[in-house]
Amino acid sequence: MLELKGVSYRISGKEKEIDIIKNIDLNFEAGKLYAITGPNGSGKTSIAKLIMGLYKATQGTISFQGEDITSLEINERTKKGIGYAFQYPPRFKGLKVLDLLQVASGIDDWKAVRGYLRHVGLCPEDYLDREADASLSGGEMKRIEIATLMANNPKFAIYDEPDAGVDLWSFDMLLNVIRKKHEKEGVTTVLISHQERILSLVDEIILVVGGEIKDIGDKDRIWPIIKDVVGCDWYKVCRGDRDEADCH
Amino acid sequence: MKLTAIDKKLLEEVADLHTVPQGAHNIRRDGGGVSRRSTDNIEIKTKEDKPGIDIIVKPGTINESVHIPVLVTKDGFKDMVYNTFEIGEGSDVLIVAGCGIHNASEEESRHDGVHNIFVRKGARLRYVEKHYGQGEGSGERVLNPQTIIEIEEGGSAELELVQIRGVDSTERVTEANLQKNAKLIITERLLTHKKQQARSDIIVNLRGAEAFTQIKSRSVAQEESEQVFYPRVIAYEKSRGYVECDSIIMGQAKVRSVPEIAAYHPEAELTHEAAIGKIAGEQLLKLMTLGLSEDEAVDKILEGFLR
Ligand SMILES: Nc1ncnc2c1ncn2[C@@H]1O[C@H](COP(=O)(O)OP(=O)(O)OP(=O)(O)O)[C@@H](O)[C@H]1O
Ligand SMILES: [Mg+2]
Repeated sequence: MLELKGVSYRISGKEKEIDIIKNIDLNFEAGKLYAITGPNGSGKTSIAKLIMGLYKATQGTISFQGEDITSLEINERTKKGIGYAFQYPPRFKGLKVLDLLQVASGIDDWKAVRGYLRHVGLCPEDYLDREADASLSGGEMKRIEIATLMANNPKFAIYDEPDAGVDLWSFDMLLNVIRKKHEKEGVTTVLISHQERILSLVDEIILVVGGEIKDIGDKDRIWPIIKDVVGCDWYKVCRGDRDEADCH
Repeated sequence: MKLTAIDKKLLEEVADLHTVPQGAHNIRRDGGGVSRRSTDNIEIKTKEDKPGIDIIVKPGTINESVHIPVLVTKDGFKDMVYNTFEIGEGSDVLIVAGCGIHNASEEESRHDGVHNIFVRKGARLRYVEKHYGQGEGSGERVLNPQTIIEIEEGGSAELELVQIRGVDSTERVTEANLQKNAKLIITERLLTHKKQQARSDIIVNLRGAEAFTQIKSRSVAQEESEQVFYPRVIAYEKSRGYVECDSIIMGQAKVRSVPEIAAYHPEAELTHEAAIGKIAGEQLLKLMTLGLSEDEAVDKILEGFLR
């Protein structure tokens, strides 16, 4: 459904060029549920931003439903059915939660967008009229972010660490709506996450390390590798004492 | 006198009026009166010594409103007016002022207004003043309002000052004196573009104990326009004040923000914040992921910011 071929993302740093994403190939099949995982700074968010068009690939091609979208603008990709919920949603001075939901859904009637908030566990009466500014808590903003993505009704949805800052009980519920969208409406879904629970739930886990795809597979295959990567390789790189971690 | 299409458009912009209002009102056009109505509780009368009107709200008048729009439609017309507002004890009213200029000539059109407002003990006033300019002429559209407001013990006032495009040059002066327990909230919304110039000087004197003021100004400066903000709060008593100026700067525009606070009492609490910056890139990107083009996203952000 969505395919990355030889995609790289390189930026110019202070002294030299930095390769954030290095020549990756990825193929997301329609209707599947994916997780992208990997250590902090490995490039998970960057891959999502490349797909959404927030970053422009410096090499390679991205295609969606058979169409080359490499040079399409962000909003053109949205119209094709790609959606992304930010890891750190920006705040807006003056725009209300209702405004965001209206833009996302294309529906002006406030009554018709209330449901999106209820799905993420927020009472519409309490939140529709609130400004989406710094006065919202981290967890609230995160849920609103997820609600706007759902209101946008994508065919291909990426949630960037949807669990971050959301309490455990509410997250169960969030996960249920995300899965419902996936199962009932057939939304191809990608969850960027570190959580073991999420990893056990998905069809495939994509492990990203150092801007590359280290491996793809189910949890039984990927979980031990993650432990190795974050636990042991790091100690090796940082010249830590090997006794500090249980490595093979 | 009948209202022309231009009058109606200006009225709609500055006072949200589609026709002559039912309640107390005074519509001034090109220096003369077009329509006036006093009510049992609100009297409007012409000043005898200079151009302008006295608006007298009887003590205890609750939930009434007065519309006093000023229209300048004659090319190159220069208008000068003095209005005095007497908001009687314990009343609670809304005043919708505002000025609309239509100038199709090469000559400058201008309206200079001096407003003296007395908010008596325990009274509450909401005052909305919108500026609007239109017309294809190269003649400047100039508005220089001056507002002097006295708020007596326990009184409160909310001033909402709005100018979105259309006015080439404006110099606004606002001066307020607050007595014991008085409260004043000033909200300013300004958008300038082209080569427009706007300056706003505000001084709030907190003269009584427990007086409170909040000044919040939000502005957008586009193209080659220039804006200067100079809000000042001076506390002479145990009182509180908060000043916030927040501007979005675009194109080649210039913005200067100089909030000032001064305390002459050990228990005064005053804070100020000022920020100038371009539209945050992340906000634009976020709205684009929701389907808006870049231009639409900019409009949406400005619309929210100036709301
Ligand atoms: N503008 C930049 N300048 C320098 N480095 C950058 C820049 N943008 C991203 N990076 C680097 O790119 C790498 C990948 O970042 P990315 O946000 O994709 O990581 P991530 O896997 O999502 O991490 P996390 O788990 O912390 O969210 C990081 O090392 C980051 O520091
Ligand atoms: Mg990330």
